[in-house]
Amino acid sequence: MIEFRSVGKQFDDGTRAVSDFNLVVPSHATVVLVGSSGSGKTTLLRSINRMVEPTEGQILIDDVDVATQNPVELRRSIGYVMQHAGLLPHRKVIDNVATVLRLCGIPKKRALDRSAEVLGTVGLDSSLYTKYPSQLSGGQRQRVGVARGLANDPNILLMDEPFGAVDPIVRAELQTEMLRLQRELEKTTVFVTHDIEEAFALGDQVVILKKGGEVAQIGTPQEILADPADDFVRSFVGLERGQRTLRIEEKDGQRIVVDEYGRPAGVLQ
Amino acid sequence: MNWALANRDLLVELTWQHVWVSAVCILLGFALALPVGWFAYAANRSPRRPMRQLSGGVLSIGSILYTIPSLPLLVILPSLLGLPWLSVLSIVIALTVYAFAIMVRSVADALRSVPPMVLDSATACGYSRTQRALTVTLPLAGPVMLASLRVVSVSTVSLLSIGALTGVRNLGSLFTNGYNRDFTTEIATGIVLTVIVALVFDAIIVASGRLLMPWSRVVRAGGGE
Ligand SMILES: Nc1ncnc2c1ncn2[C@@H]1O[C@H](COP(=O)(O)OP(=O)(O)OP(=O)(O)O)[C@@H](O)[C@H]1O
Ligand SMILES: [Mg+2]
Repeated sequence: MIEFRSVGKQFDDGTRAVSDFNLVVPSHATVVLVGSSGSGKTTLLRSINRMVEPTEGQILIDDVDVATQNPVELRRSIGYVMQHAGLLPHRKVIDNVATVLRLCGIPKKRALDRSAEVLGTVGLDSSLYTKYPSQLSGGQRQRVGVARGLANDPNILLMDEPFGAVDPIVRAELQTEMLRLQRELEKTTVFVTHDIEEAFALGDQVVILKKGGEVAQIGTPQEILADPADDFVRSFVGLERGQRTLRIEEKDGQRIVVDEYGRPAGVLQ
Repeated sequence: MNWALANRDLLVELTWQHVWVSAVCILLGFALALPVGWFAYAANRSPRRPMRQLSGGVLSIGSILYTIPSLPLLVILPSLLGLPWLSVLSIVIALTVYAFAIMVRSVADALRSVPPMVLDSATACGYSRTQRALTVTLPLAGPVMLASLRVVSVSTVSLLSIGALTGVRNLGSLFTNGYNRDFTTEIATGIVLTVIVALVFDAIIVASGRLLMPWSRVVRAGGGE
């Protein structure tokens, strides 16, 4: 369980990124932070593994304040996946994954075996293990990034727009893969995105952020769609001007669902 | 050619002199530039303004050193440092200063060229500061440093010939001697041997780069990073 207690962050240059942020991420659940650029998503995510030190409040992992923990040890116990994968360009794919294990003191042979296993889990072709990251496609790199995050089987997985830089088809593929991994591995996951569709697809809970890290609404995708807190949320999730509203039309005895433009979206059973 | 064969022993001795003196200057210059350049790089990223100014200052000293004309430096240095005239030491010091002056800024540039995203990612994986500096920042700055090391190598090998004017023996002695005797063959031999030394040094640097940084040459199939 991860708990944010009145967390605030003002950077050295005076920029206020987050103020009075409260959130509980239950164990084994996926919480998605969604908001437009500059709304403090990365800042909040990095406060968890102490890459950013909050200026106010506390963050607790299983009731232990992260501020009391050694930052390097803490980071080794938490998986982190970033946009563009952030792989080390001078290490081969398999070594990129193994490096996390080597840092935790696991012997080389065992680290490589485990890396191959986890690369298999994320569905990367084994012919790519000995390539360098620059020889991979964006989608393949992203899979390696996820494998690296999962390598030492952490309880917590932090993901910062991991699928932000790939094309829509690959993104959909990676999202499906992500849902499968979540079902299988049940990591406590904090996922950052600015894509509301992705947030609804992956999140057990979705946190919609406004500028300055202010929470607009927290809830399940169903709750947010059924009862948007305000106009900001309504427009952010696309409920304005009749968007996302589906209607039923009768056609030859079949009930067809159409979207706001009258385009057929499916058949009602 | 006959002259060269007849004076084989002399040529070997002078070449050897040239090789070791320039090698020492290049390595010493790099060894000094690395920590100082790293300091300038680190200070430049400090949130405190005086540190950033200090970083700029260090880099400008490098540039200023480089503008000192070489011959006067070679003449002044012995008296400045109380070294005997004609000493190899004063040449080593002078050429090390030049090598350092060129390298210091490129070391800082090379370190700056490492993508911040990769550094963040290493931190997130749990690299300690030292681990990150030695196994991520340093190797990734390697290709840019190597490029400048090649420049330094060539310039040191050719500058060293000037040292012969102060009487120290190396391949430059063939120019001075050949000039005094109006003997073109000797001058030509000196030029050819100097060029060969420079090319061999360059080949060694390039080869060690390929050996140490095999990743820097892979085809960029996926583009990006
Ligand atoms: N190191 C820093 N120093 C100063 N200001 C910063 C720093 N990092 C972030 N900020 C500021 O804090 C605010 C929140 O930044 P943050 O990166 O958390 O946003 P984000 O929601 O992740 O945005 P994006 O979607 O663009 O990644 C922004 O205004 C940003 O400019
Ligand atoms: Mg961000």
